[in-house]
Amino acid sequence: MQIGIFSVGDVTADPTTGRTPTEHERIKATVAIAEKAEEVGLDVFATGEHHNPPFVSSNPTATLAYIGAKTERLLLSTATTLITTTDPVLIAEDYAKIQHLTDGRVDLMMGRGNTGPVYPWFGKDIRQGINLAVENYALLHRLWREDVVDWQGRFRTPLQGYTATPRPLDGVPPFVWHGSIRSPEIAEQAAYYGDGFFHNHIFWPASHTQQMVDLYRRRWAHHGHGPADTAIVGLGGQFFMRRNSQDAVREFRPYFDNAPVYGHGPSLEDFTAQTPLTVGSPQQVLERTLSFRDYVGDYQRQLFLVDHAGLPLKTVLEQLDLLGEILPAMRAGFAEGRPAHVPDAPTHASLVAAAGGAHDTTVHAVDDVTGQVRDAEPVSA
Amino acid sequence: MTSIVVVSAGLSNPSSTRLLADRLAAATVEALEEVDVHTVELRELAHDLTDHLLTGFPSAALDRAIEQVREADGVIAVTPVFSASYSGLFKTFFDVLPAGALDGTPVLAAATAGTARHSLVLDHALRPLFAYLRAVVVPTGVFAATDDFGTAGTDLDDRITRAAGELATLAGKTTSADAVRSRRRTVEDELAEPTPFEELLARASRG
Repeated sequence: MQIGIFSVGDVTADPTTGRTPTEHERIKATVAIAEKAEEVGLDVFATGEHHNPPFVSSNPTATLAYIGAKTERLLLSTATTLITTTDPVLIAEDYAKIQHLTDGRVDLMMGRGNTGPVYPWFGKDIRQGINLAVENYALLHRLWREDVVDWQGRFRTPLQGYTATPRPLDGVPPFVWHGSIRSPEIAEQAAYYGDGFFHNHIFWPASHTQQMVDLYRRRWAHHGHGPADTAIVGLGGQFFMRRNSQDAVREFRPYFDNAPVYGHGPSLEDFTAQTPLTVGSPQQVLERTLSFRDYVGDYQRQLFLVDHAGLPLKTVLEQLDLLGEILPAMRAGFAEGRPAHVPDAPTHASLVAAAGGAHDTTVHAVDDVTGQVRDAEPVSA
Repeated sequence: MTSIVVVSAGLSNPSSTRLLADRLAAATVEALEEVDVHTVELRELAHDLTDHLLTGFPSAALDRAIEQVREADGVIAVTPVFSASYSGLFKTFFDVLPAGALDGTPVLAAATAGTARHSLVLDHALRPLFAYLRAVVVPTGVFAATDDFGTAGTDLDDRITRAAGELATLAGKTTSADAVRSRRRTVEDELAEPTPFEELLARASRG
């Protein structure tokens, strides 16, 4: 079981002080939060991608590469990578490069993005969101698996004799998750490729999550990847903890009441009943988190949103300390009763092993003096 | 069994909007042999509707109301006139209905107001709304001004009977109505029976 955090990178005023951090402070805070995640023993840090204020999460690849250089063990991911408005050719290059730089500590999650104007800013049409996600990913999938690609589609200029460089580390592309809240087509896409499926889960009733994960599992089996309970599922989650649950509610309420997503709407009490948000003691967060399995089955990745709605960095780091304290119990809880045939989330190491070992797949250009192509030396795993 | 759902957006209690809604429901029941009537009182869902606008998902109570409307064979929709149109509460309910929920559904549109000067609201506001939602609006709309409730000899009773008869005719033919109602594919349809990926891929590039 992989447990980690995901961040949308919002720059939001702290409603208790009225102070809004600068972009610089928020960007540096994101790095500090990722480093803290590794320190407390978490497995994954994932960054969102936005191209509009009030977010600082543009250029996720620079962020991940920088965090990769400052950490040893943390798996770097995205939540999500905009497969609709980002050129799949650049995604192929960028994430293969991060694979090499971080020795395989990267995977990514595809998403469509829900900010209307971002599409035209990048020359796309939001009404084509599903079609863009389907066609662009089909190309990305090939670019990581075929050295030379000839391609023609609807949404980008054709490719003739194109090689995405660098080639994926050890000949193994990064593992891919597909994220969607309410689009069955994306669950179908994830199932078709045998990729992971991630449900944001937070901000939504459990029934949405359950329906989408159930569809993904059914279709995983249909497309021949194995029994439904071997599909690779990830969920979001959201909490605010203090040792005393009343303290957690009192401290979090102003952030909840003014939060960009659900603020000025339902009460904290209604929203915690309707969605996975848990505000209370570490024990309550532990129990609620372990109950997610009741409606999605045993799953592979749990990411929490901890830095949002204007919570100050100090508070976020305290939340991570508390999460670190319950982490061993959370891991033990997830392991309890988990059938042996339910796999872990793929990692670079497991994918290399499944591929029968590492292969250097460097594509060498023809030497324009000798006309010779130098073959790559095989490397051992 | 024909299922009729009454959506009433009156705010006071008792409200003339609800009064008109009840009379329309009673006349429809009269015109149908076996009928099951549910009334959705939007006042009780006002907070839930606002929350839905802000969170993007319905509370359990609102979800039940939406489900009833989606499953209905016929809908009676009654709003008070506010600022020359349907009320905001009334519109919000139809704003949060999932796409396709009213496709092909017979709808009897009705409104109440203080004076008869607002009567064209049925044709200028309600009919375009339900046309957009691809509902089948029955030919007779029913508008009741305050005076209609206290004056003998108005034709309100006749209009109620005629509109209810039209709704019953369209909603009651459950077998052929199913054929008439060709609905857009909803998320629920897709969850139950997904479009195979090969088709999604072909569709993506087809344009």
